[in-house]
Amino acid sequence: MKRTLRILAGTTLAISMATLTAGIANAQVLFWSSQAAPVEETQKMREQVLKGFEGGVDFQPQEPGPFITRIEAEMQAGSGSIGVVGALHGDLSRYADNWVDLSGIDLSGIEVSPAFMELGKLGTSEQKYLPWMQATYVMAANKEALPFLPEGADINALTYGQLVAWAKNLAEQTGSPKFGFPAGPKGLKHRFFQGFLLPSYAGSTVTKFRSAEAEAGWTMFKELWQYANPASTNYDFMQEPLLNGDVWLAFDHIARLGEAFNQRPDDFVAFPAPAGPMGRGFMPVLAGVAIPKGAPDIEASKALVRYMIQPETQVATLLATNFFPVTDAALPAALSKSAQALGPAVTAMTSADDALPALLPVGLGDLGGQFNQVYIDTFERAVLAGQDLRQVLDQQAETLRALMVQANAPCWLPDAPSEGPCPVE
Amino acid sequence: MSVATVADVPRPVAEVNAAGKFLFIAGTVLLCAWVLVPIYLLVVNTLSSPQEVSGFPKTAIPSFDFGSLQFFLGFAGVVRALWNSVVVAVLTMILSIGIGAPAGYALSRFEFPGKATFRMLVLMTRAFPLPLLALPLAVMFIRVGLDDTVLGLALVHTTLAIPFAVLITFSIFSGIPIELEEAAWTLGCNRLQAFQKVVLPLVLPGITASAIFAFTISWNEVFAASVLTVENRTLTAFLLQSLSVSPMHLKFAGGAALVLPALIFIFAVRKYLFAMWGIANR
Amino acid sequence: MPQRALPYLLLLPATLFLLVFFLYPFLQIAILAFSSPEGFTLKPFQTMTTHWKFGTTLWNTILLTAIIVPIQLVMALAMATIVTKLKTGRNAILYIFTIPLGLSDLAAGIIWLAIFEQSGFLNSVLVGLGIVERPVLFLGYQNLWVIFVAVILAEVWRATAIVMVILVSGMGLIPKEYYEAAEVFGAGPWKRFLKVTLPMLRPSLQTALILRTIAAFEVFAVVVALGGTTLPVLMGETFNWQFALNDRNVAAAYALVILAISIASTLFFLRVLRTPKGATI
Repeated sequence: MKRTLRILAGTTLAISMATLTAGIANAQVLFWSSQAAPVEETQKMREQVLKGFEGGVDFQPQEPGPFITRIEAEMQAGSGSIGVVGALHGDLSRYADNWVDLSGIDLSGIEVSPAFMELGKLGTSEQKYLPWMQATYVMAANKEALPFLPEGADINALTYGQLVAWAKNLAEQTGSPKFGFPAGPKGLKHRFFQGFLLPSYAGSTVTKFRSAEAEAGWTMFKELWQYANPASTNYDFMQEPLLNGDVWLAFDHIARLGEAFNQRPDDFVAFPAPAGPMGRGFMPVLAGVAIPKGAPDIEASKALVRYMIQPETQVATLLATNFFPVTDAALPAALSKSAQALGPAVTAMTSADDALPALLPVGLGDLGGQFNQVYIDTFERAVLAGQDLRQVLDQQAETLRALMVQANAPCWLPDAPSEGPCPVE
Repeated sequence: MSVATVADVPRPVAEVNAAGKFLFIAGTVLLCAWVLVPIYLLVVNTLSSPQEVSGFPKTAIPSFDFGSLQFFLGFAGVVRALWNSVVVAVLTMILSIGIGAPAGYALSRFEFPGKATFRMLVLMTRAFPLPLLALPLAVMFIRVGLDDTVLGLALVHTTLAIPFAVLITFSIFSGIPIELEEAAWTLGCNRLQAFQKVVLPLVLPGITASAIFAFTISWNEVFAASVLTVENRTLTAFLLQSLSVSPMHLKFAGGAALVLPALIFIFAVRKYLFAMWGIANR
Repeated sequence: MPQRALPYLLLLPATLFLLVFFLYPFLQIAILAFSSPEGFTLKPFQTMTTHWKFGTTLWNTILLTAIIVPIQLVMALAMATIVTKLKTGRNAILYIFTIPLGLSDLAAGIIWLAIFEQSGFLNSVLVGLGIVERPVLFLGYQNLWVIFVAVILAEVWRATAIVMVILVSGMGLIPKEYYEAAEVFGAGPWKRFLKVTLPMLRPSLQTALILRTIAAFEVFAVVVALGGTTLPVLMGETFNWQFALNDRNVAAAYALVILAISIASTLFFLRVLRTPKGATI
């Protein structure tokens, strides 16, 4: 046994040394991404989207932990191997100082949404990141749930009151709660509160956080929650409970509903998020690509960033991830089942008469996570733990105000522009 | 070597009354089922089609749909990642035993100032969350050029495995009477010879057990692997990094793809693992 | 004098290794828990302790450990005894018992989720047998205790093997003369277990308990898989502050809490299960 061990040790060392030296010569651009993380999307990104890039791309999606740790480590060390970072607006705004100015990149012939380009400046005069892809959130329902719609309700112009009534009908007439909400640890619940619930009820995300209108919104949500499947606190992606029938009616990110439509397109319908007294609040999701200042080959990285925004790449990205283009790229006729179902719902929502877009936070920098936590805490305390709503709102409003002052962040839509930090009334 | 002969050799089973025997067998079967049934369920879900995995009710017999598993094996670079995982794990195994076992021996055989401090240092390693340590380690590795090497990752995994190596070998050495060694010394062996000829054969099984454990620690570690390797990814970092956000059927296939090699490894070295009681029969 | 230097020589590689790869990064992090742009501060600790979840988090972690570790100890003792007593099929049984060693906690979480979820295996069996009419929701936030039980089952299933392996290798070293002597004095199997096996196994028991308890304080992946956000534990909060809230100071404070309770429990086991000097028998 001793000899075996010795031989084993020897060969392993020799081999690892060989691997050591072999690994160094590699000229691919490392694409470090927090998006397209589910393994199927990763595979499609590698095989369908990035294959066409000359020079090769090593696409590595990550969980938030390693994703952030690696970026920070390379920042601190001053050099590294990441060529391009792909992430959501919120994550990119954490490290605004770390990104190379991209305003020199040639975008001729490509019409990128000007609003998104502006977001990509992160409140500076430089183009910190280029828009990469966009998405939003919609509702999805099992067709079996349609007969339970309250009378006179049109799923394409639903109100939150009707949604509650629908969920109530479902719970009472099928015997178990059938509404589902992504309140799991990786669920995107906070975006619902920031971009849908509060704008629809108070016409504001920050300023009117503790107003009576906001309180009315939360009260509605507490009522809705009674008819929500209690397993909702475990749901990260609503496509699974929809597919297995635990949930018949759900709200989620379009990329997290896609699988339900791809597997059983005839069983589900997608439709816009409901409207409240102030309108149909909705929030876009914007992902961007940026280049760290310590990137090994900035020119190659810039070429990749440019490649990502080309019309063909944008369409391929849609097919791979269910995220929509940020440019005016023409969509092909042969879309995936999920894009066919979700696309019209998104259009119906964004072009509705009462549409009320709520933008992503701007200027919060690395406080973005704590900003989200204010809304998550409000939900967990007032809805899950059943604490007094008024008191919770008052306390969380204090935290929110302190955050705004600390970040010195002016208001963004739908809040009215402010001088100095966005006030919390 | 009669002293170290094993454990509780039972009275012939026939002597024990029938009820006791039945209880013993029932307990054994129950414990085996407890371990095996969940593994079986993993296999069932791995070999089922996506519709079955998200459907209800579940069946106990899979439909032998290899789609999800094939998906993982079809990844470009899976073989290389598998190889990296093995190399890192074997390096970890060797390093942690090579560094840990002498320390375990020292702790069990000597009284010396600083012993308690050392023990604490070892345990602290285990008691502090690795995800926080990964950042300073990564910065350090990038600066000295260990970044993105299997050796660098093996060093971190060794840090994780050392507490086990030190403490397990410590308890094994403590279980061997020092008189045995002393007897060898009086017979003319020096300390090293006495160790080689008397102690080593007795402790090898225990050491193997902790080596296997070091292997599995390294094999299953995801966080440091994801941060510290980029081109030379291990299987966990390569396949399973984003598993928790993937659809159910792929979670299972990915889980199985990771579990299987570890099981094969344990099976391959079972001879040494079984030697744990084997010394008893000598 | 070489004799006196010997223990230090033996410890040297391990010490150097841990100094470089653990203590140095550890100090960098630990300092964070006490620092702010203005210098020394206890603010991260204040933020941590005044957060509304902190009490529950600490309590959940300690309670889980206090339940899981004793169960694992008893089961591992039973398994180890079975393995040493078996005459036939010992190889197979020992292999089966050690299988969970090779499982990552991520995989364990997935497996037990498949059992407990609403459309999972347990419900399939219950409905199939006609015990319940429709699938029961086990892991809802309203029945916290069910989630608790599920986490305990999964953790016991996943991590008992390591305790057993340590105990089996310890049992292998107990001289059989002791049992023979005990038998001469008329001790039955149970009494032999209590009077010979357990006391002789003290070094292994101590090791197993310390390692398992420390690991139990860091329980995370399985809890998240089964309990989602409803069952906060220390490690989960550390993660949350580090990566979601991006406040590394508070995360460091949480990590120090984990470290503190780990050290406290280690000292407890070191005291209670003290090994007689030199382990002479």
